[in-house]
Amino acid sequence: MTTATTSTPNVTGKPAGGNLRFYGVWLIGVIALIVLPMIFSSGGSLTSFSLIGIAIVFALSYNILLGQTGLLSFGHAVHYGLGGFAACHMMNAVTSHGWPVPLPFIPLFGGIGGLVFAMIIGWVMTKRAGTVFAMISLGIGELVASSSLILRSVFGGESGVTTDRTALPKMFGWTFGPQLQVYYLIAFWLVLSAVAMYALTRTPLGRISNAVRDNPERVQFIGYDPHVVRYLAFCFAGFFAGIAGGLAAINFEIANSAYLGAIQSGLVLFSTFIGGTAYFFGPILGAILVTYLQLGLTSVTSVWQLYFGIIFIGIVMFSPGGIAGLVMMHRPLVRAGTLWTVIPSYLVAIVPTAALAFGVILTIETIARYSGGDAINLFGIGFKPTSPVTWISAAVLVVGGAFVARVTWRRIADAWDRAATVARDRGYLA
Amino acid sequence: MTAAIEVRAVEKRFGNVGIIRDLNLCVVPGERHAIIGPNGAGKSTTFNLISGHIKPTSGEVRLNGDLISGLRPFEINRRGLSRSFQVTNVFARMTVWENVRCAVLWATGHRYAFWKNVDSLPEVRERTARILDDIHLTHRRDVPAGLLTYAEQRELEIGITIASGATVVMLDEPTAGMSHAETERAVSLIRRLTEGKTLVIVEHDMSVVFGLADRISVLVYGHIIASGTPEEIRRDPKVKEAYLGEEAH
Repeated sequence: MTTATTSTPNVTGKPAGGNLRFYGVWLIGVIALIVLPMIFSSGGSLTSFSLIGIAIVFALSYNILLGQTGLLSFGHAVHYGLGGFAACHMMNAVTSHGWPVPLPFIPLFGGIGGLVFAMIIGWVMTKRAGTVFAMISLGIGELVASSSLILRSVFGGESGVTTDRTALPKMFGWTFGPQLQVYYLIAFWLVLSAVAMYALTRTPLGRISNAVRDNPERVQFIGYDPHVVRYLAFCFAGFFAGIAGGLAAINFEIANSAYLGAIQSGLVLFSTFIGGTAYFFGPILGAILVTYLQLGLTSVTSVWQLYFGIIFIGIVMFSPGGIAGLVMMHRPLVRAGTLWTVIPSYLVAIVPTAALAFGVILTIETIARYSGGDAINLFGIGFKPTSPVTWISAAVLVVGGAFVARVTWRRIADAWDRAATVARDRGYLA
Repeated sequence: MTAAIEVRAVEKRFGNVGIIRDLNLCVVPGERHAIIGPNGAGKSTTFNLISGHIKPTSGEVRLNGDLISGLRPFEINRRGLSRSFQVTNVFARMTVWENVRCAVLWATGHRYAFWKNVDSLPEVRERTARILDDIHLTHRRDVPAGLLTYAEQRELEIGITIASGATVVMLDEPTAGMSHAETERAVSLIRRLTEGKTLVIVEHDMSVVFGLADRISVLVYGHIIASGTPEEIRRDPKVKEAYLGEEAH
């Protein structure tokens, strides 16, 4: 259901199952975006879907840097935020001057805002990759975020720049007052941006970006200046981040310093990495998951950031390819027809792993709520944080769960080895 | 006739240490020129100086008569000089096909294009396919380069180097670490692929050098002590003393 908002194209290039299957995946994505609000029509779900759509565009733009060009940025929200401010100022200008620019064109101005800043700052930033780039991006991020509070005329200080999306000229009679209309506007730009960004990966520049990611030294000896490649990729990333920011400005009718701060930059890095940078659809999965976690966890626990951190560490340690990497790992097994041999080991591992997770959650919540004394409600079971019974249950779950889980994980590894060997023999695995 | 590569009085110092001193080298168009010398003589440094990987402290390097010392590697590459690396230097996460295709893109004029679909460029596809065929890796085209065997990676390295169609090709120990059979295969591959081009090769295997090269230059302590045909080099007393010694026969 939630994954229905994704379009999950097969990025490995050559359309393996023919063009039909390739376009089919995109078509399913588009249809899902259209029918989704008809199935889940509550205000809450529409808001969630809108936020997810924005997060997907933002995460995909980030992956142009991280996954495709190998640039780790700690300040990508700068372009998102500046796109948001550009969109807000544009909307206010359209309203006050009576220009004939309807709302659906506004995200483009957000994109231009992000692009222009990327063009100005990018040449210096992309001179070097690696740590140098990461550090400069962090510095620029902080610089712009603090400027946003100082330069009041542009950024509106603490309160930000507000706008009214309904005051713009109408298009097809839509006022864009109702959230449903905003959702469709976001969905439209999501599809447009996703298609454009996917197409970018299949251009000469896109492929050379991959080459720069893998080996910037060698690229120089096949005629390319890696600096120019990084710069162009940076500009594209800035442009699409600006579009995401413009969409956010339309959605919230405000742009403020929170848009371009370190938290926003961290969140997009987090989404992209959790989703998986090696595949085009990875950041889509990541953006959906992280947005849902953000919306869902904040309402049930005060220490939701702790869970974010644990998930992030878990992914980095156990699945550096992210969710997409985990999913795609199974593809050769599916093709070789050996997937069924590993499924039983997964099912066996679910129980102790869930017990371990349950124990960890109980421990965290006990510590978090000890002084407050709020009861913990975990999947319908009530626990008192001050009661020794809770502590013992948590300890038993963590220790026992970890002990049994380790055994079952080893069995997964064994089953995997066997299945992979067969897949290799049948030529589905290199 | 203008030399394909002319190195004149080149010096390279790292701090106070002179790695290359008064280096003079002339490579005639169309010849196969081998550079030999003991370990640490500066053969790879010479390659790096010519290809723009490092800049000479003084002196000049000319490619087909044009001054190239001081230019960036990609600028030199665009003028028709291409080199390989001693340590395999491919795009590990990309497939064999994409590795070679990347090396074809600049030469076919597609440069930084972001408005063309890379899969539907006929001349790029044909040229890539031909090179894969040449280096016998067509059956491995969809395998990530990082997963190839060592010998296959060395062949891919050569493929990437010649893909741009450069007229001057420099190969840095292309057969290093190969078995006898693999070496033979690689040598015939090199011979075939550099037909009609200028080849500069650094090589340790003397049978490869004397079998392949039209002319040989001997580099000792950053200085070329002799240049000539294999026969002249074999007879040169300075070379015998400094380098070949008992190994010659």
